Amino acid sequence: MINLQEVIETNKMIEQENLDVRTITMGISLLDCADKDLVVTCEKIYKKITTLARDLVQTGEDISKEFGIPIVNKRISITPISLVGSACCRIPGDYVQIAKILDKAAKEVGVNFLGGYSAIVSKGMTKSDELLIRSIPMALACTERICSSVNVGSTKTGINMDAVRLMGDIIKQTAEETKEKDSLGCAKLVVLCNAPDDNPFMAGAFHGVSEADAIINVGVSGPGVVKYALEQIPDANFELLCETIKRTAFKITRVGQLVAQEASRRLGVPFGIIDLSLAPTPAIGDSVADILKCIGVEHPGAPGTTAALALLNDQVKKGGVMASSYVGGLSGAFIPVSEDQGMIDAVEAGALTIEKLEAMTCVCSVGLDMIAIPGDTPATTIAGVIADESAIGMVNQKTTAVRIIPVIGKTVGDTVEFGGLLGYAPIMPVNTFSSQRFVDRGGRIPAPIHSFKN
Amino acid sequence: MTRAIITVVGKDTVGIIAKVCTYLADNQINILDISQTIVQEFFNMMMIVDLTKSVKAFDVLSDELTTIGQDKGVQVKCQLEDIFDKMHRI
Repeated sequence: MINLQEVIETNKMIEQENLDVRTITMGISLLDCADKDLVVTCEKIYKKITTLARDLVQTGEDISKEFGIPIVNKRISITPISLVGSACCRIPGDYVQIAKILDKAAKEVGVNFLGGYSAIVSKGMTKSDELLIRSIPMALACTERICSSVNVGSTKTGINMDAVRLMGDIIKQTAEETKEKDSLGCAKLVVLCNAPDDNPFMAGAFHGVSEADAIINVGVSGPGVVKYALEQIPDANFELLCETIKRTAFKITRVGQLVAQEASRRLGVPFGIIDLSLAPTPAIGDSVADILKCIGVEHPGAPGTTAALALLNDQVKKGGVMASSYVGGLSGAFIPVSEDQGMIDAVEAGALTIEKLEAMTCVCSVGLDMIAIPGDTPATTIAGVIADESAIGMVNQKTTAVRIIPVIGKTVGDTVEFGGLLGYAPIMPVNTFSSQRFVDRGGRIPAPIHSFKN
Repeated sequence: MTRAIITVVGKDTVGIIAKVCTYLADNQINILDISQTIVQEFFNMMMIVDLTKSVKAFDVLSDELTTIGQDKGVQVKCQLEDIFDKMHRI
């Protein structure tokens, strides 16, 4: 039988160390909503989402109350819309109509984000993929809750450099379209390489074509819990350090597994995966950067940071995998800048640069995340940054991503405030030497040799 | 059997256990185990209870127990046992 110390430990994690379930994300296939008529497609999409996800938010709140664990977000991921709209969308504006319907459906069921305004173009772009991509700036400007992602490469296919180049322009246009809100649209747009089909975390969530009709995926969190556990062993050697992270990750993940199974049972929707990520928030004590500091670097960015992060990421997986029956999604430590107070402090202290962040993305999920850069950064430079991150993902057979925000009208020394979970960020300097000749070549980078394992 | 854990945390006050126990008895909730300790000068009590015959729904019980706690200046929480079981047992 459970004893008092165990009860106190669990409740302390929840009340003082910010343990929570970060998201219950319902994946919904919209493939059966495709029609040659745009109005009919929109009607089918709206009906399917509002029917399947009708009880999602209430169920999440019920579970939260009964187990006494906060469930921060209830969200939806959908089939990449470039596929659903391919038969009925003739111009980018047609896709924007679908975006508006999706936003309306998200508001109707009460979820705070809906992801999947996406295109998978890792090898080539169809006409409809390109239309969708070109509609992204307008779609993000006229909706509130829609998240967009574009997968531009994979280990199996190489990198679609035409898409990378295009995304440089699209990110700039999205920043322009939403400049009154500090280019907030770019915070809801991510460019991926090796994007997983079952990721519950925004902005990169979509419901891949390999998935069932509907599914429940859960993202757990708890950097504060790991930090607290490490604070108790300040002088431990690496063996004890790793063991402690692993044990803590196990406990965190078990709560996620419980919530996922309950949500699946109550909603009558199959359980998909648990995403074992350490996802920070701007709240004090809910920081991945603070864990790195506990491990022993003065600030993230100091020499040793990449090794510390590699260790943390691996132990989180080792502890979490045993705690859950199915693990998927991104599963690793997130290192966004604006959403993590410790990362913001490191940038302001001059310890952390984009180049060091790039190195860190080689050993953790996911990539250059929530980084504000000067608004006058050329589209070709942004494309160069995307190409670099994609190359890391392609060669290392892992997911990488770029979610950077060129804040129109701001430059290094300024700060940008996104609000809520998205936090705030100092504008970081970007290398000013040109990438133009490289990204303008056109075509694609071939897949690396280790794709020929068959 | 649906089991829940009720925790009471706060400054020790006269009659808090009596009040919670009376409420549970009035609602046909059986107490299976009870233990308490002092942590950092705070009174911590835990009850394992059986909700099978409860005359009230879980959310009503939870809210009413919270209110009883507030009246006495302590925090009372009611959570299904599974969250502790999953976290601490393989």
